[in-house]
Amino acid sequence: MNRVTKFAGVGAGVAAILASLPLAAYADMIKAPDATAMAGMVNKGDTTWMLVSSALVLLMSVPALGLFYGGLVRSKNMLSVLMQVFMIVSMVAIIWCVYGYSLAFTGGSPYVGGLSKAFLMGVSASSYAATFSNNVYIPEYAYVIFQMTFACITPALIVGAFAERIKFWPLMLFCGLWVTIVYFPVAHMVWYWAGPDFLTNPGQEADYGLVWGWGALDFAGGTVVHINAGIAGLMGCLVIGKRTGYGKENMSPHSLTMTMIGASMLWVGWFGFNAGSNLEANGLAALAFINTFVATAAAALSWSLVEQLRHGRPSLLGAVSGAVAGLVAVTPASGYAGPMGSIVLGLLVSPLCYTFVSVVKSRFNYDDSLDVFGVHCIGGIFGAMMTGVLAAPGLGGQGWVDYTQFPAVAGAWDMGTQLYAQFKAVMVTLLWSGGVSLVLFFVIDKVFGLRPTVEDERQGLDQTSHGENAYNM
Amino acid sequence: MKLIIAAIKPFKLEEVREALTVIGVRGMMVTEIKGFGLQSGHTEIYRGAEYAVNFVPKMRLEIVVADSLADQVVDTITKTARTGKIGDGKIFVIDVSQAVRVRTGETNDDAL
Repeated sequence: MNRVTKFAGVGAGVAAILASLPLAAYADMIKAPDATAMAGMVNKGDTTWMLVSSALVLLMSVPALGLFYGGLVRSKNMLSVLMQVFMIVSMVAIIWCVYGYSLAFTGGSPYVGGLSKAFLMGVSASSYAATFSNNVYIPEYAYVIFQMTFACITPALIVGAFAERIKFWPLMLFCGLWVTIVYFPVAHMVWYWAGPDFLTNPGQEADYGLVWGWGALDFAGGTVVHINAGIAGLMGCLVIGKRTGYGKENMSPHSLTMTMIGASMLWVGWFGFNAGSNLEANGLAALAFINTFVATAAAALSWSLVEQLRHGRPSLLGAVSGAVAGLVAVTPASGYAGPMGSIVLGLLVSPLCYTFVSVVKSRFNYDDSLDVFGVHCIGGIFGAMMTGVLAAPGLGGQGWVDYTQFPAVAGAWDMGTQLYAQFKAVMVTLLWSGGVSLVLFFVIDKVFGLRPTVEDERQGLDQTSHGENAYNM
Repeated sequence: MKLIIAAIKPFKLEEVREALTVIGVRGMMVTEIKGFGLQSGHTEIYRGAEYAVNFVPKMRLEIVVADSLADQVVDTITKTARTGKIGDGKIFVIDVSQAVRVRTGETNDDAL
């Protein structure tokens, strides 16, 4: 049972491309290149794509996520949600450069990186980060920026679970601690590895994160982003408790127009998130792009169909919720599944998430205000597990790449092994993020208090926390 | 003088205003309101959370006219605002003891 010999990668597509190269090209490949050699392995197209993708992913948090969430709350809490998202992004960007990038993406232990790149030490315009292809590099700054946008959006996703009833600064404290103790280690465990030119380098054979070593496939963050944030949100809404008046008062969304604009911009930004996660501008980036497109469309359709059957009318909120569920589910699968598999994935995720937000939530009576758990965690788990199915070459998927060979070759597909690796990745994320989040929320609540007073909550957080109104008309 | 208060369906406002102008009404006050009568509202569903919306949007008209015109105003509103479906609204008529035009100080019927 030596699972460590199996490594996650971009798929058989790359291996196939590599295999078609003339043997002479292999001979020219450099094992463990130094920075000077890497400088000749950078493609301006890849660099451009990574910079554009990074901007697209920032667009997902501000304004897209802010508007998506903001439209769903009552108008008296609109600004509080926008402010939380905006400030979490701002704060985490700084933390990322101070020590986050180093903790996530340097070697050290299988669980977390070290501090060798704290304050971005050693990162310069002439340092490089590995891609999924042998002898292909991107500027390290581009990689730092791209990954930074992921670190910024993930804690911002959490706030939807306890929207309309959280104090601002205790929330910021939680997010700062959460990215440090949860996000950076999980990103390290799932995504860190020495790179395709280094895993065969003596002394670096085991230079990768724990979950990566298990062979779990997570292309763009099903575990790291969505399950991670979703379970943290559930813990938050359990510790903080329900909104005052929940179940008795009308808490309908104040602007589904904004929610639709936000969801649509999320869809656009997600192309940077998923297709950008390929790290190179090639056919596999285009594959991730089309998968992201069709899974989302399929999920919007199937949520609407479920509502038509259950309520006799399809709602816009249902359609855009389905779209987000589809985006979440396809995130881990985007570079591995085929387009037809992605359509199936999208069609299936919506009925599942619908059940959680409309049946399970009321059955267990928790107030996950904007369904962070029901959409992101459940959709993320479904997507992570289905990645182990849809990556199958027999189902039009890309399989996985064995990077223990130089150059890398296609790995032998075994769905049982893959599903087990996916399952372990899901469980590690659920347990680590869920456990740590529960403790953090509990301690911060005891020390500083997480909830505003009932009077402040009734008046609305815009006025009581921030001293302003969203709409002065 | 009579004060006529009418709650009508919002989309009927313009039609009612025109009809009242024709019979000689020279002013009215209009407010967007919510309320309920026999029409008991509707249900909204957001991700499975159902809310009964009991208060329905209406327009509230306040019109003060000379006694002689009052019946005709009530009649006109009734005819114009009627769709025959539930929720067409209600009309109330109240006696008014005094009216003053602020600009000139004219009173009662002269002030209307």
